[in-house]
Formats: sequence, C-alpha cells, structure tokens
Amino acid sequence: MADTAEASIGVVTPQREHFSEGLMLACGRRLPEFELVYESYGTLNAAASNAILICHALSGHHHAAGYHSEEDDKPGWWDACIGPGKPIDTDRFFVVSLNNLGGCHGSTGPRSINPETGNEYGPDFPPMRARDWVNSQALLADRLGIECWAAVIGGSLGGMQAMRWSLLYPQRVAHCIVIAAALKLSAQNIAFNEIARQAITSDPDFYEGHYLQHKTIPSQGLAIARMVGHITYLSDDAMADKFGRDLRSGDFSDNASGEVEFQVESYLRHQGNAFSHSFDANTYILMTRALDWFDLARDYGDDPARAFADCQASFLVISFSSDWRFSPERSREIVDALLAAGKPVTYSNIEADQGHDAFLLPIPRYLDVFHAYMKRVGAQ
Amino acid sequence: MRLDLNHIKQWIEPGSRVLDLGCGDGEFLSQLQQERNVIGVGLEIDHDNISDAIARGLNIIEQDMDRGLSNFPDHSFDTVVMAHALQVLHYPDLVIDEMLRIGQQCIVTFPNFGHWSCRWYLASHGRMPVSKFMPHNWYDTPNIHFCTVQDFELLCSEKGIRILQRDMVTQQSGAQWAADRWPNLFASTAIYHIAR
Repeated sequence: MADTAEASIGVVTPQREHFSEGLMLACGRRLPEFELVYESYGTLNAAASNAILICHALSGHHHAAGYHSEEDDKPGWWDACIGPGKPIDTDRFFVVSLNNLGGCHGSTGPRSINPETGNEYGPDFPPMRARDWVNSQALLADRLGIECWAAVIGGSLGGMQAMRWSLLYPQRVAHCIVIAAALKLSAQNIAFNEIARQAITSDPDFYEGHYLQHKTIPSQGLAIARMVGHITYLSDDAMADKFGRDLRSGDFSDNASGEVEFQVESYLRHQGNAFSHSFDANTYILMTRALDWFDLARDYGDDPARAFADCQASFLVISFSSDWRFSPERSREIVDALLAAGKPVTYSNIEADQGHDAFLLPIPRYLDVFHAYMKRVGAQ
Repeated sequence: MRLDLNHIKQWIEPGSRVLDLGCGDGEFLSQLQQERNVIGVGLEIDHDNISDAIARGLNIIEQDMDRGLSNFPDHSFDTVVMAHALQVLHYPDLVIDEMLRIGQQCIVTFPNFGHWSCRWYLASHGRMPVSKFMPHNWYDTPNIHFCTVQDFELLCSEKGIRILQRDMVTQQSGAQWAADRWPNLFASTAIYHIAR
C-alpha cells in the first residue's frame, strides 16, 4: 500500500451477488442467471440515503478505490476521487462500484460458463447495451436495500450509463454526475473503435472469438486495440510533455549501430502488452459496441431535451479542455439538452492538457468543482 | 452585497425562473433562492467564483456570454439579470438582445460613466478616470464598454426596448434627490428593468 494510505479507504474486499432471476436484455435475449462482482466503501446510513453508484468506463471494473492487500501498490482506478476527504467522501457516502455485465473482472461475461451449454460464452455472450447495465445495477441496488441513489456517477462510458439511469429510473437518481461523456459517439469515435475491433478480429489467434477453446488469446490484436485507444485518451500536448522525441535506445549519429526506439513506442507497446494479458478480447469488442450503439435520444425522436423530460435528477456535467475523444462540445450538448428540458444542471469545463484521461487524474480545479458539488449531494 | 442588488430584488417575482449572467460567487442568486424561492441558474467564467457558487448549492453553467447565449431557449426564464457586467462585454448590444429573447423581462445594472465625478476627473486631469469605484488604468481595465445613463436609454429607444422601471443609485448620502432628478450627472449606478 502506498504511503498516502491516510487518504485511502485502505484494504477492500470484492463481494459478489448472484441473480438467479436472470435478466431480459435489450437485444431480445435473456441471461438465464448472472453474477455481479462489486466493492463498497463507507457505510450505508439507516435511511439508505447516502448511497453513490459508480459506473465504469470501457476498460474499468469494480475496483475503483483502495487496495486489495497491504502489499498492493496500485490503488483502484478512481482512487483520486474516492476516499476519506476526497470528492466522493467515504466518511459521508456509501459508495458502490461494480464490474458491468459482459466484463472480464468477475461479473458474468464472455469468460463465464453458459449454463445452457456448459461451455464459456465466448463470442456468444449477448451484446450489451447501457440500459442492460443500468437494469442489472438496479437489481443490485434492490439487493443492497438502496431505493434511491444520492448520486449516480460515471466518466466516459460510465457517464452514459449515469444518464441512462436518470431516464430509466427517474425516481431512483437524486443527482447524476456525467464526466467527459457524450449523448452519442461521433463518427470519428466509432471509427477508432472499429480499428480496435479489426485489430482483434484479424489476429490469427482470435478464432472468431473461440480463442479459449484453442487455449490461446489474440494478444497481438488486443494490444494494438489498446494502443490505438490509449493514443485517443491522451492529447498531443500530453504526449509531447511525457515523451517528446526522447529515445529509449539507439541514436542518430553517423555509423550508429543498434535500433532506434522512441520512448513513446516502448511505452505504447508496454501498455498494449500489459492490457492484452489482463483483459478479454470478447469483452473489449462487446464494450466498444455498447459505446458505439449508445444514443441517448434515439428512442425520443432524436430529441435529447425530450429524452430528459421526465428525469428528476439534478445534473453535474464536467468536460476537459484537451479531451478530443469526448470533447467539451459533446458535454455542452448534454448541458444544452438539459437546459432546453428545464432541468437543473451545473457545468464546468476544466482546463487540463491530459486529454480524455484527465477524468481519472487529481487535477486541482476538477477536484474543487467535484468537491463543491458533492457537498450539495451530501446536504440533501 | 453591492447596493444595486438590493434594488433588483423587489422586481423579481417569488417562485420565478431567474438567469443571472455573471453571477459571481452566487451570493445574490443564493439570496433570491432563499428569500424569494426562485429557480435560479447562474452563468460565470471565473474559476473560484464557480466553485464557490456550486458549493452554495446553485446551478452554475461555465459559459462566456460574450460568445453567445443561443443554447438558452426563447422565453425560458422569467427574468434575466446582468449586474455590473455590461461594461466588460465585447458585444453588450447583442447580449442585451439575447437577454430579451431568453427572458420575459430583464434587469441590467451598470456604472454610470456620465457621473459628475468622471466628468470632473476627465476635465480637470485630462486623463481617464480612476477611482475607488473604477480602480483600473485604461490599459488594463476589464471595462471596455462604458456608457452613460443617456447612452443606455438611447440604445433602448433605437432597439425598441421598453423601460419598465429604472432606479438610480448614488453612494453619496443626501444626494438621492439629485440622482433621481438628474441621473446622468448624479447616479453612480443605473438599474434598468426592461422588456421587449
């Protein structure tokens, strides 16, 4: 555990809930049964009025804060924002963070056994939509005795789920916090996701998704998918700052021997490689498709203001100046739709050069705004 | 609390929807919510002010009104307020047009550059006025579009804007009668309640 443990929730242990009732999905198929793995931080009060739901993004999971053991040196993915005295203050709130259905960190997904066949689901795992995740999260809330979330919070794909929550369960969301998200992906965004999917599916080890049966994984394809994604989560400036044109090996002098390798090449390869061994390829395809297909207003005559018409939540929308994957313009579309619908909304665009990844980082003004808003969430 | 804000309150209906352009740290909007039970939205660009206003529990949009307000629907607010911001705008006339589109009625306050002390300073020193009230030098002032009471009323008449009420504020005790009688000379702050 890092030295900054005093600002951490400390050691946390994942928990599981089994749902034998299954779940009807948007695609028309039914999951006969499923399991959700989740973590919780803080204490649920007697009125169950201080519960916060964290929705994760594309490659996220349930481990959002704290450490898994005393020896663990890497905290959860959103430890910057969740913990004692942090914006999502675990001294005040009961925080629930789960791994989404279709994920590969413990909840039912492509690597789970299909009870109907006795084999892994693999590529036959049903496609997921944000609303399926929301419905499964609502079942988890029932199980935990949470009638209404004080706030549903998410960044990126997580922000899309948070918005969907406010539409599907208007009475169950008091505040909806949408960070670095969009009403729907742009063509450019879908294009990047398609490159990622093509990298995976064209890997000879993919076997049309049945790679586990062949006792292999499409690690090369998954690594390239992650490399592409990773570039789009950073900004040009952030990459210039972090790597510039620094060389890891070789040089450009006359008669130099040895291969020239830029730091950025080595970094990307390392990121891609590490990811390809910790993430499931079918899950990656499923998650990127869920992102691509998300369109908040599709069922509402393509009018986002109409989509928000019945929601009862107050909204906080945050964007980051250098985020080009989910740009501030996309967040302003959310804000404008909420304004047009006459809904309470607060919006801040944070100056940050870290690109889309900024939403995960402890940027002072971001934490400031987040803190200030969470004070309001806690006061209600 | 600036003097002009207390004057504005009386023109705001209880329970109405109020958009406050340049809401600062939200003190005024917060008072309106508590005392008049209004549904308020504030626009602000200063980072510290935004955090303070959010901490007060207000709905704040980080947006530069000089870059347009087209995202606010027609007549979506009962009252649009802009207190002491007119003089810092690049396009004050366009912002006023937008305010009147968004609100059923609007309240605008600004420092009156026609006040005798400004005139006296300019006449006697031959330099742009600097005072406790307007502490900036000409080259570093955020105030780029000063106007007088007469200027503002001329703009209203050119644009066909109705002046519902006006209130003239002076900081000198005992000079209120003068500010009411000759506002262009004696009002330090002008407050206008306007509509289309």
